[in-house]
Amino acid sequence: MNVPMSWLKQYVDIDCDIVTFTDGMIMSGSNIETYKETGEEISKVVWAKITKVEAHPDADRLRVMQVDAGQDKELQIVTAADNVDLGDVIPLALDGATLADGLKIKSGKLRGVESQGMMCSVEELGFEVDEVEDAPENGVYVCKYNVLLGDDVKPFFGLGETVVEYEITSDRPDCFSILGLAREAAATFNKPFNYPVITVPEIGEDARQMADIEIQNEDLCPRYAARIIKNVKVGPSPKWLKDHLISAGLRPINNIVDITNYMLLEFGQPMHAFDYDKLVDKKIIVRNAKEGEKIVTLLEEEVDLDPSMLVIADPEKPIAIAGIMGGEDTMVTEDTKTILFECANFHGPNIRESSKKLGIISDSSIKYTKGLDPNNVGPALDRAAQLVAEVGAGEVVSEVIDIYPKVREPITISYDPDEINKFLGTKIEEDVMIDYFTRLEFIVDRSNKKVTIPTFRPDITIMADLAEEVARLYGYDKIEPTLERGRPTVGLKTREQQIKDLIRQVMSLHGVYGAMTYTFESPKVFDLLKIEEDSKLRDVLEISNPLGKDFSIMRTTTLNGMLTSISTNYNRRNESAALYEIGKIFIKDEEKELPKELEKLTIAMYGPETDFYTLKGIIESLFESLKCSDRVEYTRNNDASWMHPGRRADIVQGNKRIGTFGEIHPDVSRNYNIKTRVYFAEIDIASLLEITKLEEEFKPLPKYPSISRDIAILVKEDILAGDIAKIINQRGGKYLERYKLFDVYYGEQVEEGYKSMAYNITFRSPDKTLKEKEVTKTIKKIIHGLETNFEAEIRDH
Amino acid sequence: MQEKLEKIREQATKALESETLLKELEDLRVQYLGKKGELTAVLRGMGSVEPEERPAIGKLANEVRENIEGLIDKKKKELEKLAQEQQLDEEVIDVTMPGKKIRIGKMHPIQKTQEEVENIFLGMGYEVVDGREVETGYYNFDALNLGPDHPARDEQDTFYFTRDMMLRTCTSPVQVHTMESQKPPIRMVAPGKVYRSDEVDATHSPVFHQIEGLVIDKDITFGDLKGALAEFAKSLFGDKAKVKFRPHYFPFTEPSAEVDVSCVMCDGKGCNICGGTGWIEILGCGMVHPKVLEMAGIDPEVYSGFAFGMGLERITMLKYSIHDLRLFYENDVRFISQF
Repeated sequence: MNVPMSWLKQYVDIDCDIVTFTDGMIMSGSNIETYKETGEEISKVVWAKITKVEAHPDADRLRVMQVDAGQDKELQIVTAADNVDLGDVIPLALDGATLADGLKIKSGKLRGVESQGMMCSVEELGFEVDEVEDAPENGVYVCKYNVLLGDDVKPFFGLGETVVEYEITSDRPDCFSILGLAREAAATFNKPFNYPVITVPEIGEDARQMADIEIQNEDLCPRYAARIIKNVKVGPSPKWLKDHLISAGLRPINNIVDITNYMLLEFGQPMHAFDYDKLVDKKIIVRNAKEGEKIVTLLEEEVDLDPSMLVIADPEKPIAIAGIMGGEDTMVTEDTKTILFECANFHGPNIRESSKKLGIISDSSIKYTKGLDPNNVGPALDRAAQLVAEVGAGEVVSEVIDIYPKVREPITISYDPDEINKFLGTKIEEDVMIDYFTRLEFIVDRSNKKVTIPTFRPDITIMADLAEEVARLYGYDKIEPTLERGRPTVGLKTREQQIKDLIRQVMSLHGVYGAMTYTFESPKVFDLLKIEEDSKLRDVLEISNPLGKDFSIMRTTTLNGMLTSISTNYNRRNESAALYEIGKIFIKDEEKELPKELEKLTIAMYGPETDFYTLKGIIESLFESLKCSDRVEYTRNNDASWMHPGRRADIVQGNKRIGTFGEIHPDVSRNYNIKTRVYFAEIDIASLLEITKLEEEFKPLPKYPSISRDIAILVKEDILAGDIAKIINQRGGKYLERYKLFDVYYGEQVEEGYKSMAYNITFRSPDKTLKEKEVTKTIKKIIHGLETNFEAEIRDH
Repeated sequence: MQEKLEKIREQATKALESETLLKELEDLRVQYLGKKGELTAVLRGMGSVEPEERPAIGKLANEVRENIEGLIDKKKKELEKLAQEQQLDEEVIDVTMPGKKIRIGKMHPIQKTQEEVENIFLGMGYEVVDGREVETGYYNFDALNLGPDHPARDEQDTFYFTRDMMLRTCTSPVQVHTMESQKPPIRMVAPGKVYRSDEVDATHSPVFHQIEGLVIDKDITFGDLKGALAEFAKSLFGDKAKVKFRPHYFPFTEPSAEVDVSCVMCDGKGCNICGGTGWIEILGCGMVHPKVLEMAGIDPEVYSGFAFGMGLERITMLKYSIHDLRLFYENDVRFISQF
C-alpha cells in the first residue's frame, strides 16, 4: 500500500522528519517496506519563458531560442520542438539536469550552435501524455498557469511527494486505507486523528423512490447501499485529485472513475458506478449466479459464472460480479447522464474463491478479500457523493438506499492490567494502558475494566490481543528481556538423532559430502531410471497443484535426486564426487489417512579411484560404526532394474532387505548424461536404527597369543566369497578370531573358469595358549567343508 | 708361541683397521677367533708348551682374544654407525612433495547451520523433535488458528494432495503434536523441510528448511521470549549481535513480532547486505495464541508460552554471504567442500 505523506497529513498532524516517522510506525506495528520521493530522479528542471526565436543557420528542422529561466542571463536553447513559440512557458532541463529515465542533460553545440539545456515533454518528466492536462500528444509541455520562472517544476506536476510503502498484515484490513494508517499514525505519535468532515450537498428528490435494492444472500452481502447522481458530467478530474492518485501510483482516468479510486485509497472501500438509465426496472438484486449464467465484463471479456458466485443483477441479467468487476452493459460512458453509485460489503472468503475461480483479480476484489467493515459503507458513500459535488461531476440526489439487515455491533471485552503485565513481563500503569486504548478509539469503561472495540478492528477479541496493543504502543524495545524461570528440562538428542549424527560422521570420515535434494519430482523419472511399468515405485502421491509437471509427484526412491546431483558434478568436470543424503521417500498407505514417510540414507559416487568395493567398504564401515556388522549379510540382488545386473547387492537383515547398492546401469547413467560408472546405495534408516548398538561394550585385551594360518584354494569363478565366508564361520570353531581374504587370482597357473582365493585365518583362545595341533584340526575341518561344498582344490596351506 | 700370539694380535689389529665392510667383519671374527680360527689353532699347540709357561701363555692368549674381540666390537659399532649415516644420506626425500590425501567429507551447509542452532537450544534445555512432512489440514492450519477462511490456506502458498492432505508449510505442526502428547514444561525445537509454492530463483525455493521453537510453562512472559532469542542471536552471530523486535502478525501467536539482528557484515552501520539499515530480519515469533494452546489441550489460564521460527537457508546465506539459494540444492562438491 503506497501512501503519499501529504495525503496522510490531511488527517493527522505529523511534524517529524520522515526517518523518525517511519521508525515510529514500524515500531508500533505498521511495517514499512521503503519510502521514496516521487520524481526523485528528476533534477534541475525549471520553468522558463521563450523570449526570442530564430532559425538555425545550418538546419531547417532546428530553431534557436533565447529563454528566461529566472537567471541573470538568458539562456540559449537549440530545439527541434515545433509546438512552442515566443512567450510560451516551458519546463527547461538546465545544464547538469537529470530526467525521469536517467538521461543527463549537458550544454553543447547542436549543428554548431551552443545549446544550454533542453525543453521537456511530460514523458521526459515520467508521465504518460494522458496523465497531464493539456499535455500535447507530441512535443514540449506548455504551461498555461501562472508559475514563477526559474522555479523547480516538480511541485506543479505533483512530484517531490514522499510516498511510503506499507506492508499491511492480513489481520488489519482497516490499514489498507489512508484513513486507517492516519489513525495508526495518530495513535503512534499521540496526535489527534482528524476524520474528514463529510457534508453532502443534495438536490432534493428521494433516491429510495428511484431504485429498489434486494439482497437475496445476506451472508455473502451483509450490506448494500447506493446513491444516485444526476446530471453527470464525465470529464477529467481537477489537478489536486489527479496528483493524489498519481503519487499513490494510480493513473487518473475520468472524474467518476477517479473518485471511486480515491475512495478505494482513502477509505479502503471499493465502489462501483452503474449507468442508471440502463438498469432494467431500476431494480438491483444481489444474488448467487444461476447455473450457466454469463456476463461480459467491462474489460469486454465474457466469463462463465457458477452458483457459488455472487452477482449484482437487474431483473433480467447479472450486471456485475459482486466485488470483483462490473459488466459492460451498465458501465459508465461519456454519454451517461445518471449514475447509481454502489457502496457495499461482501463476504471476503467468497470474493476470494470467486476471484480465484474466475482468474480475475481487481483492486476491488483485493480489498474485499481482506474482509471489510460494513460500518465503513455509510461514510464512504457520503464522502464519495461529497467529492462528486465538489468536483462538479454531477448532482447528488437526496437520501441513501441502504440495505443493512444485520448491523455489525462493536464487541466489549474485559481487560486486567495485572494479567496484561504478567503476560508481557512489564509494569505498565493502568492509566497508561487506558491512554493507549483511547488513542486506538477503544471506548474504556474503567470501573468495570471493559473496553468496547470499534468494528473496524475485528482482530481484537481477547485479552492477548489487548496485550499486544499495549505492548506495541508501549514499545517492544522497552520491554526488558528476561530469562524464563520455568521448571527445568534437559536438552538431549534422542537415540534416533544421535544415530543419524553418527551416520553423518561416518560419511564425513569416508570423504562423502552431505547433499540435499528435492523430495518431489517428475513422473518421467521412472522411465529414466528403467523402473518397470508394474513396479510399486510408480504408485506415487501426486500434488494436485504442482509448480509444474517436473515437480508433481512425491519421490518413492531417492535415485533421481542423487543422480541429478551426480550428473551436475560430472558435467561440471569435477573429477570425482561422493554424496550422501538422509531424506524421506513417500509411500501411499491405503489403511491410513497419511502416507508413510520413510527415511533413507542415500550414497552416490563416481571417480577414478571409486568402484563397487569402495562403496561397499563405506557401507561396511558404517555398520561397524553402528556396531551391527554381525546383524547384516550381503547377497546378490536380482530386481534393482536401475543397476548393473552383475554388480548389485542387497543388504539383508534376517529375512528383511534393508538396503540395496551397486553400480548404476549404463542405460540409466546415459539417461542422466553421466559418462562414467556411478555407484549408488539406498539404505533404510528405520532399519538401521533398529539394529544399531550405541552402547560401548568393553572387552579386556587378549592375554594369550594368536595363531594364524594362510590357505589358498582353487574354486570355480562363480563361487561367492560370501558363501566361502559362511563355511569358515560355521567350521571355524570357538577359537576363530577373524579371517581375511587377502588375494584373489586369475590367470597363469589357474585353469580357465577358476580362481584362486587366499585367506588368512586367525585363532585365539581367551584363556590359554593354543596348540598347533588344535589349529591344524580346525583348518582341516574348514578345508573339508570347502572341498565338499565348492569342490575346492587346496593349493596351499 | 708367544710370538705367534703377538703376531696374530698384530695381524688382526691391522686387518681390522683397514676393514670397511660390516659383513666381512664376521669373516674376520671367524678367521681369528672361530673354532677353526688362527687363535684356536695356536692354542691347540698348547700341548707343546712347557707346563710352567702355560699360565703365562694362557693369560696372553686370553688377552689377545679379548683384545681382538674388543676391536671387532668397536669396529662393528663404527661401521654400523657409518652404514646408518650412509643410509640416512641415501634416504633424502623431497619433503615439499604433496602428502597422500585422505579426503574428509563435509556436512551440507544447511545441515551444519541446523546443528549449530540445535546445539544452542539443546544447551538451553530444549529437545529436538522431528515430524511428518505430509500433514492434515488440522495440524498444518486449524490447530495453528488458521481457520478454513484464512488467506494463508490459499492454494497459492500450499501444495495439496487432497483438500485435507498437504505438504506442511512450516514445522509448527510438530509443535502441535508435541503439545498434544506432552505436559508442560515443554521446551522444544522442530527442524525440517517445509514446502511453499514458490518458483525457484536466487532467493526462493519450493522446498526449504525451517527450525521452529516452542516453550510452554507457567508464567512465561513476552520478556522471556525476548531474553531467549537475544541469547540465541548472541550464540549464533557473536556477542556483539543485537536484536530488535518489531510488532508483526502471525495467526498462531499474540502478541507477535519479527526479529531483526544487527547486520553481521557491518555491525549495524549499514551496508549492501542489510540494505543500509544495519538490521537484518531473521525470524518471526510471539506468545502462543491462547486458542492454539486450548486446541492442543493446554489450559491457557494456567500456562503461557512463546514460539519462534526461522528459515535455515536464510541464516546460512547470511552467515556465509551466499547470494544464490539454488547452490544448496545443486550439490556441487566444490560448494559443499567449503563448509
